[in-house]
Amino acid sequence: MRTIRIGSGAGYSGDRIEPAIELAEKGDIQYLVFECLGERTVALAQQARMKDPDSGFDPLLEERMRAVLPVCAAKGIKIVTNMGAANPEAAARKTAEIARSLGLPSLKVAAIVGDDVLDACKEGDLPIMEFDGTIKQLGNRLLSANAYLGAEPMAQALAAGADVVITGRASDPALFLAPMIHAFGWAMDDWNLLGQGTVAGHLLECAGQITGGYFADPGYKDVADLARLGFPIGEVGEDGSLVVTKVAGSGGAVTEQTCKEQLLYEVHDPTKYFQPDVVADFSQVRIEEIGPDRVRVSGGRGTKRTDTLKVSVGYVDSYIGEGQISYAGPGALARGRLALEIVRERLKLTNVAASELRFELVGVDSLHGPEVSARAGEPYEVRVRVAGRTENLREAIRIGNEVETLYTNGPAAGGGAWKSARDVVAVASVLLPRELAKSQIRFVGA
Amino acid sequence: MKLREIAHSRTGDKGNISNISVIAYDAKHYPLLLEQVTAARVKSHFAGVVQGEVVRYELPNLAALNFVMDQALGGGVTRSLALDAHGKSLSSALLDLDIVPAPDGN
Repeated sequence: MRTIRIGSGAGYSGDRIEPAIELAEKGDIQYLVFECLGERTVALAQQARMKDPDSGFDPLLEERMRAVLPVCAAKGIKIVTNMGAANPEAAARKTAEIARSLGLPSLKVAAIVGDDVLDACKEGDLPIMEFDGTIKQLGNRLLSANAYLGAEPMAQALAAGADVVITGRASDPALFLAPMIHAFGWAMDDWNLLGQGTVAGHLLECAGQITGGYFADPGYKDVADLARLGFPIGEVGEDGSLVVTKVAGSGGAVTEQTCKEQLLYEVHDPTKYFQPDVVADFSQVRIEEIGPDRVRVSGGRGTKRTDTLKVSVGYVDSYIGEGQISYAGPGALARGRLALEIVRERLKLTNVAASELRFELVGVDSLHGPEVSARAGEPYEVRVRVAGRTENLREAIRIGNEVETLYTNGPAAGGGAWKSARDVVAVASVLLPRELAKSQIRFVGA
Repeated sequence: MKLREIAHSRTGDKGNISNISVIAYDAKHYPLLLEQVTAARVKSHFAGVVQGEVVRYELPNLAALNFVMDQALGGGVTRSLALDAHGKSLSSALLDLDIVPAPDGN
């Protein structure tokens, strides 16, 4: 039976780079996938592109490509990535330019375009899923609308000879599904194979999260050598069989436990994991360790894809102002609480216009709130944190200022004040009839 | 005993929804999870954090439960005022849940 090995070289845009080089050099892989596009990243990238038409792709694209292109070209490893963000064509041109500069002029780079569906969404004035409202009601706060494309155009680009395939918004598992469809010729209506392939893609897409990252809990779940965490490899057979493993000698671990945690990561109803290519069913999946750092995953299934694609809509939501200051030693908790009361009163006295405010003590109750946190004892040091939502930057700045003035006006011995104010680009979703997102492959000559 | 003694857990986020897996280290403890880690208990454990409904999904093949908690992330990951906007740290809080051991000591 034919088998391919797919490496996962990044789980988010800022991820470590040397584990990807290790995968390419020592992983015996045929495909290297970089998942680098967070939910709101494409909206921020769209803002960058509006300022400079040649920008709007992943800021680490150049560093990653320079690091892996020579070894990938030498070994014939194909790269698939969503580092195109809001501008896949510019990312492809940049990649071709890097290839030339590395002495790899024959490298074929393809961009997948068509995920930008802003116009179609505006025309349909589609309803927003997360809150009451429509696209049109966002008015000039609307920044971007990008559909989660499926694996088909990426698989077609690979079939057309692409060495590097660069997309914008695509479903994360689809980045992995594309090489499987290409290598094995899976039919786009073989729902069970596409479902099992989605299981593979879902497990691999967060890179280090299945090899021992986001997992260690000393004394309960110990993981060796996290500083040299190896990134995962999926060995996929043409029948959809899957073994998850990693480069021998790298840090971390692939175990039944790491695979189970990642299988359910960001999953709601396990029988219905909606993807552009299939509705995957994880409910019958079985996970078994078959050797050191080798875990077999089987039983993924699927049903027919839906008629709509999920679209990520980026919009300017609000502004957030924030301030922090620390207290330590005997009485730290009481002084921290006094500080919060002072800021609460000051924001009222000075009429700061905030629609939502948080007053909390880092080290005491900032993560889970006062009710959940009431069970713990008194800490040695606390950090006051006040954050608020405002309609403009001017108001947001005033929140941090009111924390900072605690230095000279607040409780004794407050130190390390810090403040920030920023605009908030948030993301909501709409469902678009799939025929309204038309993808295209554009090759860029090296 | 604490849930932490028999299960591990991971949090995921989508919009304003947090999901938390609870996975038995040993499949023999899955019945304890089914019996004692109910959606209602999870909802009350996260009083002040989760504003919406909690739904539990069962995965017997994995000896695991998956809790989907609506309105749990301060209005949504991309706009929340919270320090931990993703709710990554919620799984650790859930492992603090008290569990009554089975009568046979398991």
